Amino acid sequence: MTHPSDTGPAPVLALRDVSKSFGAVRALRDVSLELFAGEVHALAGENGAGKSTLIKTLAGVHRPDAGQVLLDGEPVVFHGPKDARDAGIAVIYQEPTLFPDLSIAENIYMGRQPRRALGRIDHKATHEATTALMRRLGVELDPDRPARGLSIADQQIVEIAKALSFDARVLIMDEPTAALTGSEVARLFGVVRTLRDQGAAVLFISHRLEEIFEICRRVTTLRDGARIASEPLDGMTEDDLVRRMVGRDLEELYPKQDVRPGEVALSVRRLTREGVFTDVSFDVRRGEIVGLAGLVGAGRTEVARAVFGIDRWDAGEVEVEGRRLTNGAPSTAMAAGLALVPEDRRAQGLVMDMSIERNIGLTGLRTTVKAGLVDRGAERSRSLDWALRLQVKYARIADAVSTLSGGNQQKVVLAKWLATGPKVLIVDEPTRGIDVGTKAEVHRLLSQLAADGVAVLMISSDLPEILGMADRVLVMHEGRLTAEIPRTDATEETVMAAATGRAAA
Amino acid sequence: MTVISPDPAPVAEAPGTGATRLVDRVFKMRELAILVVFLVMIAVTQAGNSEFLSEQGIKDLLLNATILVLVATGQSLVVITRNVDLSVGSTLGISAFAAGTYLQGGGNPVAAIVLAVLLGIGFGLLNGLLVSLGQVPALVVTLGTLYIIRGIDSIWVGSRQITAADLPGGFVDFGSGGVSAVPYLALIALAVLVATAYYLKHFGSGRELYALGSNPEAARLAGIPVRKRILAAYTFCGALAGLAGAMYLARFGNVDSGTGTGYELTVVSAVVVGGVVFTGGSGSVYGAALGALLLTSVNSVLPALGVSSVWVLAINGILLILAIAVDRIVALRVASALKKRNARHA
Repeated sequence: MTHPSDTGPAPVLALRDVSKSFGAVRALRDVSLELFAGEVHALAGENGAGKSTLIKTLAGVHRPDAGQVLLDGEPVVFHGPKDARDAGIAVIYQEPTLFPDLSIAENIYMGRQPRRALGRIDHKATHEATTALMRRLGVELDPDRPARGLSIADQQIVEIAKALSFDARVLIMDEPTAALTGSEVARLFGVVRTLRDQGAAVLFISHRLEEIFEICRRVTTLRDGARIASEPLDGMTEDDLVRRMVGRDLEELYPKQDVRPGEVALSVRRLTREGVFTDVSFDVRRGEIVGLAGLVGAGRTEVARAVFGIDRWDAGEVEVEGRRLTNGAPSTAMAAGLALVPEDRRAQGLVMDMSIERNIGLTGLRTTVKAGLVDRGAERSRSLDWALRLQVKYARIADAVSTLSGGNQQKVVLAKWLATGPKVLIVDEPTRGIDVGTKAEVHRLLSQLAADGVAVLMISSDLPEILGMADRVLVMHEGRLTAEIPRTDATEETVMAAATGRAAA
Repeated sequence: MTVISPDPAPVAEAPGTGATRLVDRVFKMRELAILVVFLVMIAVTQAGNSEFLSEQGIKDLLLNATILVLVATGQSLVVITRNVDLSVGSTLGISAFAAGTYLQGGGNPVAAIVLAVLLGIGFGLLNGLLVSLGQVPALVVTLGTLYIIRGIDSIWVGSRQITAADLPGGFVDFGSGGVSAVPYLALIALAVLVATAYYLKHFGSGRELYALGSNPEAARLAGIPVRKRILAAYTFCGALAGLAGAMYLARFGNVDSGTGTGYELTVVSAVVVGGVVFTGGSGSVYGAALGALLLTSVNSVLPALGVSSVWVLAINGILLILAIAVDRIVALRVASALKKRNARHA
């Protein structure tokens, strides 16, 4: 670990031994970070490594449980985002928050418009100041047009202009390039370089390693909430960086049984949804767990949604055990034996205020409805049966699912779909945000299902999970399948390489 | 130390403000459209009944619209913040009766108007506090205060009634008088309307109402005092409902415990027909005023054309749905036009 502050000028903004916990989860553990004027600093780490918490601590959203935030070497306490902003810290989030109905100029100067006599807004001065900002950033955006309908890239430019308008000295960019095209990234980098040369300190977060190497001078790596290293990027390779980001034991968490794969159960051929994913083809066999890896935004969830029929596809076909599915029809997908456990269980997987019994019962309404009425007795026994098989921990089966822990909620979603007796099960981030114990249980369950002949497609951003559970790993990068790696060849490095688009393994 | 420093390489002037002009035109068109519908309706009616636009006819038209214009102006501010105030009818009723009771006891007319406005402010504050602090949907909160205020009104008023005979002659004359065809009341409403529109466009806190209706989360992040602004919008809305109560008294001279019942729905219709978007952040008080004028004119137009007034409600409903449909179509058109412009820039 290097401490440039020992020799050089004081950092503009720094964290010293900062810790932050949310309940039992330790999001940050004794993390230190130093940002210098005129330098672009990278923050690297896997999903869940603590990057977001770190950013929010700098932005005044979170207050550290221990440790200090230092501004120009002096300890400061931010009581809210406004304090941080007043201190000259600006955060550009991946999805900017603008006022869609207001003009670009108003978005930038809201609450701080130039005034005329009697406190009236000087619309002309606001317009001119905005034009000047746009010119400084080297972009062409009409100050008077509303923010509604701006591309994400242009929205970020507006956010950056806003940061400039209050003389921000520190610019924190949280995955700004995730939704940008190549030329938009180039324009953004042009702006970032200009700001850097003008003396701004920039903290840059990206999953795309080549971008980190292109624009940053130093990098801080986080893993499991702890800082692994802060070092110059000069002389480092992408592999070095990946090794710092990943690398932990796989152990008992992944009780994968060896199964000999059977017939092809799910077959996806040249599936394309314009602008989202392109030419995606793969098979999943009975008894097989296929991992679908990739960075957030690579199009994995979108493929799953299209296969299940929630979103329509523009070209290609999907077959379940030889039966072609209808485009955009979840009910035929379900009838063919497909089940999808969605990514966001609270919003998509469960009716939070409804009881456990009724949530599990939702997928079985076809079989439990008699003469137009739900047979409550049948629904209850079916739900009890599945809740027991999955060892859901609850007080009463009639309790609302919102009273359960995250892990048990996830089990309810699984029960809901397993109760349909699926031939193909698609799980999207099955263990996100649940504790280690339940995680292992979910893995054991998936492994058991595969052993019983179910074809499982598992989408996960958790690399160890992919490596520990999957018989084969499919990797997506920017809407395309870039690699198919058998279990024996799959390592963190090969998967990350394909996921970041460096090389097809 | 700041990053503001002399300009780097200058860039060509931002290109034509076509997108802006398009959007501007659309929004002006929105208000223009109501105006056109209104004028056509008046013209057709005049053609069918030449008595319609007599001096008295115009005066009646304006007088009928005045009270609705006032309340709709206040309501617009609340709707712009992505809220709604359903209690305006009750507030109008109780303010009117309070002012009437005061005048009946020999009070000063100006003081009576002030009393009505203060009462409105009180109820506006109550609504604003409940909505901004309670974090409860405005629809539900103000539905509650609608009944509460109406309940207080009923208990207090009972079966009593105030008639024009109980009021000072000057007050009643003021209510029906005017400068040739333009009633004094309409002039007051116009003054309030113009001042409110100017405030919304030229003052920071006015723009902030649009901002927080457009994206509440972004408003919070931008340091806008969200609760304070919502409270102010409700207070203003209440004040205008109170003022409208005093005007109602002056115009009709006849108030009981049922005065203003159901008025809130007419007000909300006027606001929406006038192009103030119910999801907040967009629209103007001029639009709302035009919406109010249009809706109240239907009331006068139908009898003048010999059509039964039972059609009034149905026609108001059709106008409402038509307005929402037009807004939706225009919004989609604008969005696609803006997108094309983006594509051309890229």
